Amino acid sequence: MNEPSTYQSALLHKARWRPLEFVVWAVAFALPFLMPSHSLLVNEIAIVALFAMSLDLILGYTGIVSLGHAAFFGFGAYTAALFAKLVMPDPTVGLLVATVLSAVLGLVASVTILRGSDLTRLMVTLGTALLLLELANKLDWLTGGADGLQGVVMGPVLGLFEFDLYGRTAAWYSLAVMLLLFLVMRRIVHSPFGATLKAIRDNRLRAMAIGIPVVSRVVVIYTVAAGIAGAAGALLAQTTGFASLDVLAFDRSADVLLMLVIGGVGWLYGGVAGAIVFKLLQNWLSAVTPQYWMFWIGLLLVLLVLVGRDRVLKPWTWLGKRKGSGA
Amino acid sequence: MLTILFDGIAYGMLLFVLAVGLAVTLGLMNFINLAHGAFAMAGGYLTVFAMQKLGVPFLACLPLAFIVVALAGALLERTLYRPMYGKPHLDQVLFSIGLAFMAVAAIDYFVGSSQQNIQLPEWLRGRTEVGDGALLLGMGHYRLFIIAVCAVLTVVLQLILSKTRFGSRLRAAVDDPRVASGLGINVNVVFLLTFAVGSGLAGLGGALGAEILGLDPTFPLKYMIYFLIVVSVGGTSSITGPLAAALLLGIADVAGKYFIPKMGAFTVYLLMILILMWRPQGLFTRKGGR
Repeated sequence: MNEPSTYQSALLHKARWRPLEFVVWAVAFALPFLMPSHSLLVNEIAIVALFAMSLDLILGYTGIVSLGHAAFFGFGAYTAALFAKLVMPDPTVGLLVATVLSAVLGLVASVTILRGSDLTRLMVTLGTALLLLELANKLDWLTGGADGLQGVVMGPVLGLFEFDLYGRTAAWYSLAVMLLLFLVMRRIVHSPFGATLKAIRDNRLRAMAIGIPVVSRVVVIYTVAAGIAGAAGALLAQTTGFASLDVLAFDRSADVLLMLVIGGVGWLYGGVAGAIVFKLLQNWLSAVTPQYWMFWIGLLLVLLVLVGRDRVLKPWTWLGKRKGSGA
Repeated sequence: MLTILFDGIAYGMLLFVLAVGLAVTLGLMNFINLAHGAFAMAGGYLTVFAMQKLGVPFLACLPLAFIVVALAGALLERTLYRPMYGKPHLDQVLFSIGLAFMAVAAIDYFVGSSQQNIQLPEWLRGRTEVGDGALLLGMGHYRLFIIAVCAVLTVVLQLILSKTRFGSRLRAAVDDPRVASGLGINVNVVFLLTFAVGSGLAGLGGALGAEILGLDPTFPLKYMIYFLIVVSVGGTSSITGPLAAALLLGIADVAGKYFIPKMGAFTVYLLMILILMWRPQGLFTRKGGR
């Protein structure tokens, strides 16, 4: 009856690739070919989508609210930029170094999120990001302070592909890294380990009672998420050849939270969908009303919550009855 | 030395008035309202507008800011905030930060992004010095005024919360809304009044603080973090917690910026993280209740 193998096959079934997914990824990789002039946008979307997915690991799958995920994004960006400037210009090595160091930072920072309520976690995550922002601002001999870190020259990817002016190499590079890390994350969330994370999200006390080591699970996933966020930051710094204080700013944390919520939490493609919608919206709105983009994003947020996050994405449920009060 | 302490206390007192409304909504009603700073900004802009365009004297602006912002708060509570009370914290964060974003952009659109100044009356502009050398105490009259106003407010608030019928109704409504309404307390009205007073206090704080903190459209986001620190570090036992936290924060910020200017706001954030790791529920927690 309830043999372990049935659960195992259920997990495996969930982890299986659908045909549509291959199409989506194929289209993504074809985009720089089809629309070379939009390569920079594709690159940007790939980066923020990766960033949003890393937040999803802790928010959507483990239920930890964070207002400071940009801490790791920015740390990765600065690490990659500094590594290219001071040590060597090879992007792959830089990416690896930035990812590992961000993960270490995540490991250190994870001690701050283990105790307390949602509010406490909001505050310490926000505090961590602000702390790094202040550091980057004050250590201007290293980071360039408010002017940003300039003069970052990147070598060709894998020694073969030079970054071109149109950003096609950049787009493919970011997409490839995103695909790779997406596979890693997918493996994580569909594993038994991922199932325990969801148990922690749904009921921390009960998870503890059935013997899930909550503390170590939270530490591990926070570290992984920090590393992936760092990788996203590194991609941004490498493809733009620039790192400034804005990678650590509060807006970044808020934006990525917003993307994830637009796309849907607890679903890796949610981060991708949210990033696409958010970036296209931002591009369009800031072309129409350059200054007041913030107003519309605020309005969107308010409506999103008032209507119910799930219902915005499923318009066919608008007429039906409302069930409970959200997730 | 003493001057720094004095300025720190004045700054802390100001932060307290700005944050105490949030301490009530967030600490007692358990609603994460990141748009609190928007109410404070509204108070500040109201004062600027009333003084410059209508010629209202400064002292009359303060109660005006309180009342108008309190009414606005009541209106918003009834229409937008009330459905949010039962929602998860993530929804509350998104909702209120959306409101803050809208407020920032709206002020930018209608007033412009330049910094606004308040013309203080003559008798508030001076400065008194006592003692000399290391013990020199220079007191700006305006800061003295702020300390006095805030001290009175603190005492009044504490008395209302602990001694009046309304205070005990509020505490009952917060601890268990269902039982409280079973006892005949109109929880909705209690929350509405509380939210309105909290917003009004933010408006008053904005009016008082415009001179010291500066007033421009990014105000809600710039000071949101400070309000949140005051509340989360202070805990929710009574208003003494946030008061202590606000004073600590004010003194640490002023002293930190004076003695180690290289570190800037670094000191404050570090202090907050350390305190929250030591006592995740804040320095003063409420026994019983939830």
